[in-house]
Amino acid sequence: MADLIVVQPGPQVTIQDLGRVGWQRFGIAAAGALDPPSLRAANLLAGNPPGTAAVEFTLAGGEYEAEGATLRLAVAGGDFQVTVDGEPVPPWTGFDLEPGRRLRIGAAPDALRGYLAAGGGFALPPRLGSLSTHVRSGLGGLDGGVLRPGDRLPLAAGAAPAGPPMTLDPQALPPRREILRVVLGPQDDHFTAAGIETFLTGAYAVTADADRMGYRLNGPEIEHAGGFNIISDGIAAGSIQVPGTRQPIVLLADRQPTGGYPKIATVITPDLPSLAQARPGNTVRFQAVDPAEAVAVRRNWEAMLGRMGEWLAPAGAGRELDSERLLGINLVGGVVDGLA
Amino acid sequence: MAGIESGAAGDQPRFLPAGDAALIVEFGAAIDADINGRVLALDAALADAALPGVVETVPTYRSLLVQFDPAVLTHAELAEALAALGPAPDGGKAAARRWTVPVAYGGKHGIDLEDVARHHGISAEEVVRIHLSGDYRVYMIGFAPGFAYLGGLPEALHTPRRHDPRMRVPAGTISIGGMQAAVCSTPIPSGWHLLGRTPVRGFDLRRPDPFLFRPGDRIRFVRIDAEEFERLDALAESGGYLPEPDGPAGGGED
Repeated sequence: MADLIVVQPGPQVTIQDLGRVGWQRFGIAAAGALDPPSLRAANLLAGNPPGTAAVEFTLAGGEYEAEGATLRLAVAGGDFQVTVDGEPVPPWTGFDLEPGRRLRIGAAPDALRGYLAAGGGFALPPRLGSLSTHVRSGLGGLDGGVLRPGDRLPLAAGAAPAGPPMTLDPQALPPRREILRVVLGPQDDHFTAAGIETFLTGAYAVTADADRMGYRLNGPEIEHAGGFNIISDGIAAGSIQVPGTRQPIVLLADRQPTGGYPKIATVITPDLPSLAQARPGNTVRFQAVDPAEAVAVRRNWEAMLGRMGEWLAPAGAGRELDSERLLGINLVGGVVDGLA
Repeated sequence: MAGIESGAAGDQPRFLPAGDAALIVEFGAAIDADINGRVLALDAALADAALPGVVETVPTYRSLLVQFDPAVLTHAELAEALAALGPAPDGGKAAARRWTVPVAYGGKHGIDLEDVARHHGISAEEVVRIHLSGDYRVYMIGFAPGFAYLGGLPEALHTPRRHDPRMRVPAGTISIGGMQAAVCSTPIPSGWHLLGRTPVRGFDLRRPDPFLFRPGDRIRFVRIDAEEFERLDALAESGGYLPEPDGPAGGGED
């Protein structure tokens, strides 16, 4: 048996896969990775199917060790500072962690959420068909909660590393966007024309109240046409509620299954990871697309994700650009923006 | 209650987009058993039709959220398919059942019972009697795992929500808020008034079917004392107590 030992997790570290499908009608939150393309990238690098459950972290991943066997691991989501016993590991590259060595995952200049995938995946019991953790309802992951120091994550049997470590050009992932595309509705008729205009032209800052459940934004006030209470209905991922504060709240993976504020619009699936990677203080804007265009964008996005594996290459194959980039990131820290 | 929104209930439903992968079918703008019945009938018809590309549905008071796979369907194709579906032959009622749910009222199990009585200027016993007299309909499951929103609270108990919501109320809480009542299945934050507690586990992952109640089900409450609550609660904790439905929900006026 092999385990990944959580020595010191970062803040709010949880196990996530692609979420629970089919249970929202019973009051079960979907949960799941906030940045599915990055989850997919980490899994490809660890040699897993793309939706395998991984460790999702925010800001920094923390410290981990392997026990019982050497583990094939990968970190994705951004240019996170990854070291094994102090030795830098290139970003977007798989690596092996031998027992007794210490993995540290620091912050990234370009990302808020990261994923640590382990080859073979975690041998944890699915709850309602998923390993995704939903902390509020105590479901999934390791006993339904965030990871704590000393937690052991058992690896599925036969998880020995296969082949040389691989690296992934991050261009394989859809680019991040500051302008989030939305489909107006389902309750855009609860807002005045001026309110919708404000929403579509204003810059909205991510506030400190931004977590897996939703992002509260702050910007120009959005005018309701009437009251702001509606009869509770089902909430899709990316729904933008506007309560009496007149400020938008974008609801994400851990959102409540049903809710009662008017939803002016819904961020389309391909643009949700960009929001989930935005930090407090970053600003976003909204651009309306019609439903047919939203579907077309989604199909292109899925096709791009499907081709991600074509960008995998053996690590250390003399890609000079990558090694320069790596040097900049791990040794120079502050100047990475120019290289990225 | 029928008639509050009778005009809209007779109209065609509205199809409202909810992003790239969901469509809401809205039947009205009221908490009304007829409107909710149409939601459940469409949900049942859609389940029977097993339309390719439909991922999951969320029936609520007055609308059905249909989440779909945009690789297979567009909004327009889905709306067309939904409009072509008649309601299920039985109107979606076949699955609805009738339950009797035991409740220990007041004391530590119902810490707001006295406040509710004071609010209405009646005795705590009268509050219990009125709550027991209700014939409740499960309109939807939402907010938290297995949380059942009930209609059918007698008007004499309609009570504004608490000004100060509690951060955590226990599983099994029987509460009222506004014109609604609820059976809560997990610990949750709540601004509703706690009248009592049931030992029935509305959500228990140890069961093959973890969820007890379905939209369209009917519920009557029956009173138990604190000792009986403790006995049944201990049984339920060990997995040895779960009520059987009394039978199909039947017609029943709302």
